[in-house]
Amino acid sequence: MKRLMNIEPSPVVKVFLTMLPFVIAVVVYWLASEARLSENPNDKLLPSFTQIAAAVERYAFVENKRTGEYLFWQDSAASLWRIGLGIGISACVGLVVGMLNGLLPMVRAGLSPFITILSLIPPMAILPILFITFGLDELAKVMLIIIGTAPVIMRDMQSQVTQLPREQLIKAQTLGASTWLVAIRVVLPQILPRLLASVRLTLGAAWLFLIAAEAIAAQEGLGYRIFLVRRYMSMDVILPYVIWITSLAFAMDFSLKKLSMLCFPWFHQGEAK
Amino acid sequence: MSFLTINNLWKSYGDVQVLERINLSVEQGEFVSMVGASGCGKSTFLNMLLGKEQATRGQILLEGNMLKQEPDEERGIVFQRYSVFPHLNVLQNVMIADEFTEAKILGWVLGSKRKLIKEKALAFIDAVGLTPALKKYPHELSGGMQQRLAIAQALMKAPKILLLDEPFGALDPGIRADMHQLIRDIWKKNKLTIFMVTHDIKEGFELGSRLWVFDKVRHDPHAPNMYGARVTYDLALNTGGQSADINNIVAEINQHEKNK
Repeated sequence: MKRLMNIEPSPVVKVFLTMLPFVIAVVVYWLASEARLSENPNDKLLPSFTQIAAAVERYAFVENKRTGEYLFWQDSAASLWRIGLGIGISACVGLVVGMLNGLLPMVRAGLSPFITILSLIPPMAILPILFITFGLDELAKVMLIIIGTAPVIMRDMQSQVTQLPREQLIKAQTLGASTWLVAIRVVLPQILPRLLASVRLTLGAAWLFLIAAEAIAAQEGLGYRIFLVRRYMSMDVILPYVIWITSLAFAMDFSLKKLSMLCFPWFHQGEAK
Repeated sequence: MSFLTINNLWKSYGDVQVLERINLSVEQGEFVSMVGASGCGKSTFLNMLLGKEQATRGQILLEGNMLKQEPDEERGIVFQRYSVFPHLNVLQNVMIADEFTEAKILGWVLGSKRKLIKEKALAFIDAVGLTPALKKYPHELSGGMQQRLAIAQALMKAPKILLLDEPFGALDPGIRADMHQLIRDIWKKNKLTIFMVTHDIKEGFELGSRLWVFDKVRHDPHAPNMYGARVTYDLALNTGGQSADINNIVAEINQHEKNK
């Protein structure tokens, strides 16, 4: 008998083991929901799958009588726009500042400690300041995402640049490269896959800030809707929304990973499959 | 005047004296191998030639001019590792050498200029025997092939001096012999002036036209950092030749290192 740590599952067993926790979760929910509903058909805590399906139908496929819009898709679009804009700006700012910090000792001396301190400010604590300065509309929500994620990406990019082998940078100089050319032809292409990795890791925080901001002040958005229907204990709406947010987050993470593997194959060699 | 002149060179890091009173001159076309115990300052010396580190006192003159205080095109370098760009394939790795100087703003060259650079790069890639691996990325190359690539890159700029920092230290013995042959051919064909740091004394004897041994002359047992190393042996070698006293010197140096 091999040691436990050396036993690998066969492909079939692997698929089975992957599916198992999901199936168990669904079954447990279903049993619990059945039990509660049989006692009290008006129970709102654990809605049945048919109730959830009806809610999805109502929100996603029936147009709002007053506005003629589909709430679910409207919410999704608003949230995706905010998080996309926020994380996009964060990534750009993080890349530029991180590269400047990593490559130029003069900039690093002035900016690096400041950014370190900045990144330690809890973003939620300054959310009121954002609402006061930027108003209650889109800008404040996007700013919260930027303030929450940009310093982390900046610091990560800086550390990634400084971790590039010094030999490469010296080699480039002996080949006649200026600081600018080292930046765009040696550092930038090597740092881009690391930027994608960094964005993937900060996406979780970005969703957190988005939903928090939407919960406090918004007219639409996935987070806004969840906190709105909470007042009526509409678990049949909250649950599919949470699952939808999770799927979106997963899709973003997955596509960033695939994009990185597609564009930077040299970066992913030797990675554990 | 000599091609490269070293005038009363001193180097210290704070209280630690690394090198002291080095006075040497080198003619164009010489192949200087530098050996010595680890920590003796031979790598520091190479870094000063490279411009990565500055002398505490004294100066190094290349064709009568002070060396620039940062790495530049006059001095090519091949490190033991990491001297090629992992995100570029073999051809791109060599072409980038000229793109750096031809396209100061965009970093990319197009059209007929690009064709010229490509032809030049292909010639050097052929010279180091990497033509079959043109489209491969560094991670797909063996250690020896990566070093060949690094040499081809350096040759693109026709550097006045080529610096080799333990270039073959990480290679298998068999591959090392091939690389010795390659570097010797390239040295003779291109009339390069080469400085090589090596741990392997035999390698130093085999490759160079001149051998420098770095060692401390003065020793204070109570203050081991008080005095720096000097070049204790400066030997002219007839390349490829093995004379009887070479073996004696090797034995002597080995003995010396053991005594430390």
